[in-house]
Amino acid sequence: MSKEPVAVIGVGQTKHVAARRDVSIAGLVREAARRALDDAELTWADIDAVVIGKAPDFFEGVMMPELYLADALGAVGKPMMRVHTAGSVGGSTALVAASLVAARVHGTVLTLAFEKQSESNAMWGLSLPIPFQQPLLAGAGGFFAPHVRAYMRRSGAPDTVGSLVAYKNRRNALKNPYAHLHEHDITLEKVQASPMLWDPIRYSETCPSSDGACAMVLTDRAGAARAPRPAAWMHGGAMRSEPTLFAGKDCVSPRAGRDCAADVYRQAGIADPRRDIDAVEMYVPFSWYEPMWLENLGFAAEGEGWKLTESGVTELDGDLPVDMSGGVLSTNPIGASGMIRFAEAALQVRGLAGEHQVDGARRVLGHAYGGGSQFFAMWLVGAEPPTS
Amino acid sequence: MSAVLKAPLTVEFPFTRSLGPVQSAFLTGLRERVILGVRTGDGRTLVPPVEYDPVTAEEIRDLVEVAPTGTVTTWAWNHAPRRGQPLTTPFAWVLVRLDGADTALLHALDAPGPDAVHTGMRVRVRWAGERTGAITDIACFEPYDAERAEPTGHSGEFVDAVTGIVAPARLDYTYSPGRATTGYLHALAGRRMVGERCPSCRKVYVPPRGACPTCGVATAEQVEVGPGGTVTTFCIVNIKAKNLDIEVPYVYAHIALDGAGLALHGRIAGIPYDQVRMGLRVEPVWTEGGRYPDHYRPTGEPDAAYDTYKELL
Ligand SMILES: [Zn+2]
Repeated sequence: MSKEPVAVIGVGQTKHVAARRDVSIAGLVREAARRALDDAELTWADIDAVVIGKAPDFFEGVMMPELYLADALGAVGKPMMRVHTAGSVGGSTALVAASLVAARVHGTVLTLAFEKQSESNAMWGLSLPIPFQQPLLAGAGGFFAPHVRAYMRRSGAPDTVGSLVAYKNRRNALKNPYAHLHEHDITLEKVQASPMLWDPIRYSETCPSSDGACAMVLTDRAGAARAPRPAAWMHGGAMRSEPTLFAGKDCVSPRAGRDCAADVYRQAGIADPRRDIDAVEMYVPFSWYEPMWLENLGFAAEGEGWKLTESGVTELDGDLPVDMSGGVLSTNPIGASGMIRFAEAALQVRGLAGEHQVDGARRVLGHAYGGGSQFFAMWLVGAEPPTS
Repeated sequence: MSAVLKAPLTVEFPFTRSLGPVQSAFLTGLRERVILGVRTGDGRTLVPPVEYDPVTAEEIRDLVEVAPTGTVTTWAWNHAPRRGQPLTTPFAWVLVRLDGADTALLHALDAPGPDAVHTGMRVRVRWAGERTGAITDIACFEPYDAERAEPTGHSGEFVDAVTGIVAPARLDYTYSPGRATTGYLHALAGRRMVGERCPSCRKVYVPPRGACPTCGVATAEQVEVGPGGTVTTFCIVNIKAKNLDIEVPYVYAHIALDGAGLALHGRIAGIPYDQVRMGLRVEPVWTEGGRYPDHYRPTGEPDAAYDTYKELL
C-alpha cells in the first residue's frame, strides 16, 4: 500500500525577537500553534497528535518540554512526542510528524518547534567543563570558521562572497514581518566593515540569538480537501546523520548532507535540482554556508557554489532564490530554525509568503542541519499533490 | 593497566524564566502571602494555576484566591534531604489540596517523623520570612488542627508584579572518560601523543575513543603520533571567551599530527597570528603541570603541500 500524501495546511510563527519577556515558554509556543490552527481554520479538537522539538536541553534548561507544554498545545488525551537532533531538530520534528500522516497513523498532526534563547545561554550549553578535556577554544563561530576557510581554499572563492549572502538575507528579512533582524539601513559596505569575530567570519555574517516558535498543521488528502487555503504537498523528506568527527569526514560537504538530499530528490523525482527546484530555504547560520550547501545539496558542482551567490542567482528575484525569509542569518531561535525553513518552503508553494513570495514557486526545498554538521533534515514541498 | 580516571562534574546554570500572566500573578501573590488558583471552563480551581485548560485547551485567566490551609492528599517521607531542598532536616513531601482548590500542590511538610504524617491530615502554609515572588516563599507546610483560614478575597491584581524568576539548575555527575582517554592522558603526562588504530580501516584516532565511529569496532592498538603536525585549517579568534585566559587575537587551528587519521584542535602561537597559514608545520609546546600542550609553535620546516593534508581538514 502506498503512503498517504502529506499536506501542510497551516503555518504559524511568532514575531521573532531577541527576548519575549511578556510570555512564558508555554505562551510562546501557544502563539505559534494558534496561528497555525487559524491558518488551517481548525480547532484543538481537530488535532490527532502533537510532535514537538526544541534545542538541546542545556540550551534553555527545559528537560521535559512534552510534559510542561501538553496543555498549552492541546495535547491532553492525545499522543505527544518530542524529537531531538540538535540544530536540525525543527526539520526532523516536521518529518516525524509527516511520517505519522504518511503512515496513516493519524489524520491531522500539529508539529511545533521553539526556543527562548533569552532565558539561557547556548554558548554555555556547548562548552560544559568536562573533566580531563581541553576547554573548547572558540564558540560556535570558532567551531565552524575553520571549515569556512577550508571551503575558501578548496573552491578558490573570493573572500567577499560571505558578505554578499549576509547583505542579501538581511534585505530579504525586511520583507518578512516575522524576521528578527530588520536592518533598514543595511548596506554591503556595512557588512564588509563589520568586525571579524572568528576570521574569516565577520559579525554581520553570523546569526542573531532569538526567541521564537514555529508550528505547522500537517494532514492527509481528506484534510487537505477541507482546508480553506492552498496546501503545500510533501514530495520527499529525509534525515541523515554522521558522527561529529571521524577520520575522513568532509566537514565542508558532509556525506550525510549529500545522501539526505539525494534521497529527497529520488522520492520527489528531481533529476536536476538546479533546474527542477524553484527556491530553497536553507539553514545558513554563517553566511558562507550558502555556497557550501549549494554544493552539498547538488545545486552546483563542487567548488562552484559561490558563483551562484556572486552572480545573483540566489537573490530573491534570481533564478534560484535562497532564504527568501531572511533565513537563519536574520532569525535564529535555534530549536525552531529548522522548522521555520520547512514552513517557509511550504508558504512559498502555497503562494502565501507575502512580500518575500517567489513568483511561480512550485517546488521548494526546506533544509536544516545541526550539531557539528552531522544531522541533516530536508523536505521538498510542491504546489501540486504528488503523482505517485 | 592503570585504573580508569574519574572526576566530579557539576553542570550548573541560572536559567531565567519569563512568567507570563498566570505564573506572574501566582508568584507575586506568594510574595504578598496570597495563594491564587485559576478557574477552568468546568468550574474547577487549579492550584498551582496553569495558563491553559487541561481539558478544553482554552486559555484561562480567571484567578481566584484559595486558603493557606488544606488537606494532605498523599505523601512520602524524605529521610535524607539533599542540597537545595526546602528543609535541612528529614521531612515529608506532600501533595496538599488547599481549601478552595480542586487540585493539589507539591511541597514539603515539617513533621517530627513519618508517624506524624497521614493522608487526610490538616496543614497550613508556613510563610518564609523573606519573600521574593517564588515557590520558596512558602517555606513549607506545618500540621494545623484549628479552623480553616479564609481567603482575603484578593483580585489577583498587584502593583510591582514579579515578571521573571531565576531557576537555577544543577546536576552532579561522577564523570569517567573511559579506558581509551585514560590511556591517552597517561601518555600525555609523559609528553607523548598516543592514539589508537582501527583494526578495520587502519585509521589512527587521536584522541582515541576506544572505538572507530565509521567501522563500529573497538580499537585497542596504541600508536604514537606526532610530535610534529600540520595546520590543516584555522580561524583567528578576535573575541575573548569568558572561560579562557587567552589574549585575543589568537589562532585556533585544526592540527593533523603526523600519523593521525584526523586533525585535533589546538592553539597556534610563537608566530604572529596573521602569518599562520594552512600547511604550516608545528609542534607541541608543553608547560609545567599542563595536562595538554599549551599550544603549538612552528617547527621551521617547509610548509606541507595541500595534497598531503587535504583529507584532514
Ligand atoms: Zn575504522
